[in-house]
Amino acid sequence: MRTLGSGDILFILLALRWTLLLSLAAFVGGSLGGLLVALMRSGTIKALRWIAFGYIKLFQGTPLLMQLFLAFFIPGIFGFNVDPWGAAALGLSLHASAFLGEIWRGAIETVPKGQWEASAALGLRYWRQMRLIVLPQALRVAIPPTVGFLVQLIKATSLASIIGFVEITRAAQVINNAVFQPFTIFGLVGLAYFVICWPLSAYSKRMEQRLALARR
Amino acid sequence: MNYVFEFSAVFEAWDELLAGLIRTVWLSGAAMAIGLVVAILGALGKTGGPRPLRWLIDAYIELIRNTPFLIQLFVIFFGLPAIGLRLEADQASLLALVVNVGAYGIEIIRAGIESIHHGQIEAGRALGLKNLQIFRLIVLKPALQAIYPSLTSQFILLMLNSSVCSAIAASELTGAANDIQARTFRSFEVYFVVTALYLVLSVMFWGIFAWIERSFLRQPAPR
Repeated sequence: MRTLGSGDILFILLALRWTLLLSLAAFVGGSLGGLLVALMRSGTIKALRWIAFGYIKLFQGTPLLMQLFLAFFIPGIFGFNVDPWGAAALGLSLHASAFLGEIWRGAIETVPKGQWEASAALGLRYWRQMRLIVLPQALRVAIPPTVGFLVQLIKATSLASIIGFVEITRAAQVINNAVFQPFTIFGLVGLAYFVICWPLSAYSKRMEQRLALARR
Repeated sequence: MNYVFEFSAVFEAWDELLAGLIRTVWLSGAAMAIGLVVAILGALGKTGGPRPLRWLIDAYIELIRNTPFLIQLFVIFFGLPAIGLRLEADQASLLALVVNVGAYGIEIIRAGIESIHHGQIEAGRALGLKNLQIFRLIVLKPALQAIYPSLTSQFILLMLNSSVCSAIAASELTGAANDIQARTFRSFEVYFVVTALYLVLSVMFWGIFAWIERSFLRQPAPR
């Protein structure tokens, strides 16, 4: 058995770029999907509200790991073969859509009804009401929990290692299988996640406190 | 689409799935119970303990909340033997789940304690109640009510998270699914059925938690 060298550590740390790229892809995909879910869920069309509700509950009621497995195997049924990267990006995007959708629905509903009525009185229709009046106000409320969820999402990308995508956790496993120094290796990887996630968590917490003060 | 569904291979292994389901309920139930104790002790330490203890608890919370559960599991299962603590996969899974949920639980319980208005406690004291009476009669129920939704959704998240323990071959539902998949190669069918089983578990836990709330946490409506 060989020992842990600087090349190994470099290999692990370089795999961090795949963790970040996957987080970014899932966050972008999840934002698009989440906006759609939030609009459906907070809108007035009953069927759409129910579909969005079911979608959210489905993803909140099943393990992310199962969602990733299914994202890996379902496309195969329709004749599309996805690689681990595609499956992870797809699965995490769908997952994030449900959670961001629920967060943003909550934010949209904090905007007082009078704002809708006032903008309707000014002759604005739904899309312009949403874009010009409601969303800018909802955004302020939405930022802290959205950043909080981003932390969850970055941590969640570690599960992509189980379906075989080589991000930092998978890279660490590969190296650990060769040199077997689990405490050092997984400790180092934990530290890498911490360095990325902790500032985001702290920022989210500070914004939330500031918002709570402003509401008083 | 010319895929032929073959669910019978999965349903033939129903006994394995049932055993896995029971293990998952047991594992997550035990982790909820022990995790709640950790969370309560941690919250008491954080609100009333000496400064170094508070600092230590803060470090624990931040460390756990900002690293993935999978890494925590690996450190406990693969890393701890290096310092002489060798755990079975199931024990390591339980420990990792407790350590994880404890960190989230402390913050939730602390918020519950702090949600009680100070005047309430002073009023209790003015009525001549002892500290323990004040806690039991005045603080406990409203504090539990305030945190109940976040605590129970954290618990359901724990149950769903326990599927990750299959990565160290713990015996639970996802592990059973992996075994069946490796034997039958009916990947989609296995994971589809098991995902549905997890959904059933979620609904079951939602139901139990709602029942507990209705039975024990209802208060007379304020007038």
